[in-house]
Amino acid sequence: MSSQYSNRTFMGYRRDNGRAGVRNHVLILPVDDISNAAVEAVGNNIKGTLALPHAYGRLQFGEDLDLHFRTMIGTGANPNVAACIVIGIEPGWTKTIVDGIAKTGKPVQGFSIEQNGDLKTIMDASRKAKEFVHYASELQKEEISISELWVSTKCGESDTTTGLGSCPTVGNMFDKLLPEGIYGCFGETSEITGAEHICKKRAANDEVGERWYQMWQAYQNDVIEQFKTDDLSDSQPTKGNIEGGLSTIEEKALGNLEKIGRTSKYIDILEPAEVPESGNGLYFMDSSSAAAECVTLMAAGGFVVHTFPTGQGNVVGNPIVPVIKISANPRTIRTMSEHVDVDVSGILKREMTIDEAGDNLIDMIMRTASGRNTSAEALGHREFSMTKLYRSA
Amino acid sequence: MAGIPQLLVHEHNDNVGVVVVEGLKSGTKMLCCITADNSTFELEAKADVPIGHKVALSDLKEGDTATKYGEDIGKFITNVEKGGHVHVHNLKTKRW
Repeated sequence: MSSQYSNRTFMGYRRDNGRAGVRNHVLILPVDDISNAAVEAVGNNIKGTLALPHAYGRLQFGEDLDLHFRTMIGTGANPNVAACIVIGIEPGWTKTIVDGIAKTGKPVQGFSIEQNGDLKTIMDASRKAKEFVHYASELQKEEISISELWVSTKCGESDTTTGLGSCPTVGNMFDKLLPEGIYGCFGETSEITGAEHICKKRAANDEVGERWYQMWQAYQNDVIEQFKTDDLSDSQPTKGNIEGGLSTIEEKALGNLEKIGRTSKYIDILEPAEVPESGNGLYFMDSSSAAAECVTLMAAGGFVVHTFPTGQGNVVGNPIVPVIKISANPRTIRTMSEHVDVDVSGILKREMTIDEAGDNLIDMIMRTASGRNTSAEALGHREFSMTKLYRSA
Repeated sequence: MAGIPQLLVHEHNDNVGVVVVEGLKSGTKMLCCITADNSTFELEAKADVPIGHKVALSDLKEGDTATKYGEDIGKFITNVEKGGHVHVHNLKTKRW
């Protein structure tokens, strides 16, 4: 099936595993929090690298440890990453992460600090990082079909304008590009509350819808019921949501779901940070509604461009995935324009249709995929936030 | 459409709409647009309502269901007059 979008291409990086990347990072990745100092030193020594310090990685166990490894491996394996250095306190878990990333075929090497110390580790890792920078900087972009894009979405600091303008814009984009063969991803498990009956029906079939509903219900039982102290009135909707006019979780959820458009159906459900394996189409990832956590998980799932509708002006970015901000709120456009990549406030004035806004977003996705820095990239937003499921041992 | 609307309503059966301009004053005769089909009507605002906040499209009673997107978004916990400001002071989720 051919459409006006079928022939669109972007200039991207072809990775050894066949995937298409839109950025070309050399990552310096810590296995654990106590390796952050070495990672940051290497990142400082070698220009053109990107150190990603984080808070976790010690004494985690079970599902939480699985998620830690999946996030680390998925981040290194993302097609926006050309090569990766991994540094851990000890060699065992370091090797687990290195081996996971190495399956993509990209250059990756691990270093461990015990029996070496920070200084020798930093020296050895810096020499290898320098090699990786030479390698990455000589890679050439090539023309790649729009159909090879993996596009995720999550909205933030939502208000009533996101449900009217920016979320339907993303939905229109998915309705147009999913038939072209792209991979799509949405999530935010807690934020569907109030529209779960509608989300269940947007599954490609009853079996997937039922699995989605069980996943959503498990979150209610295992997290909300277990940990709530009163209700979620101060967290869902957030203070920012309420300032923007959203009164209830149902109202927020209905606006949120506008991001999957009118015709799109999700074909499978992903664990947090899981890479989809059911072919092209739309996926739901079980994920937090906190912006940085959610985008980090979707990046680890292999998505290379993120579309982010915002009403009140969430400023989040991600270190490896360009985050495209879309807003329909004229006050946010007036007061925070440096954060907005696609202005769809014309929808509220009835001067722009959702169809036109969707095309504008597709244009911005293609420009971003070819190299245009997003507002979040230009402003230095590199929020890398790991999701942790429970206390460490 | 004749001019830029001050209030947008998603669906015909909704009983609340969203103010989409800054600085809306009580007494303004708002141009209202139903986005489902771009049909319009006029409604007088009975309060200063900030951008993004909701307005009642008819007289609503305590216990009534608020409808937006054609869906249930919660219940009114006080009476609200037509044109009045609708938000967390008079509308609450049915969940908790």
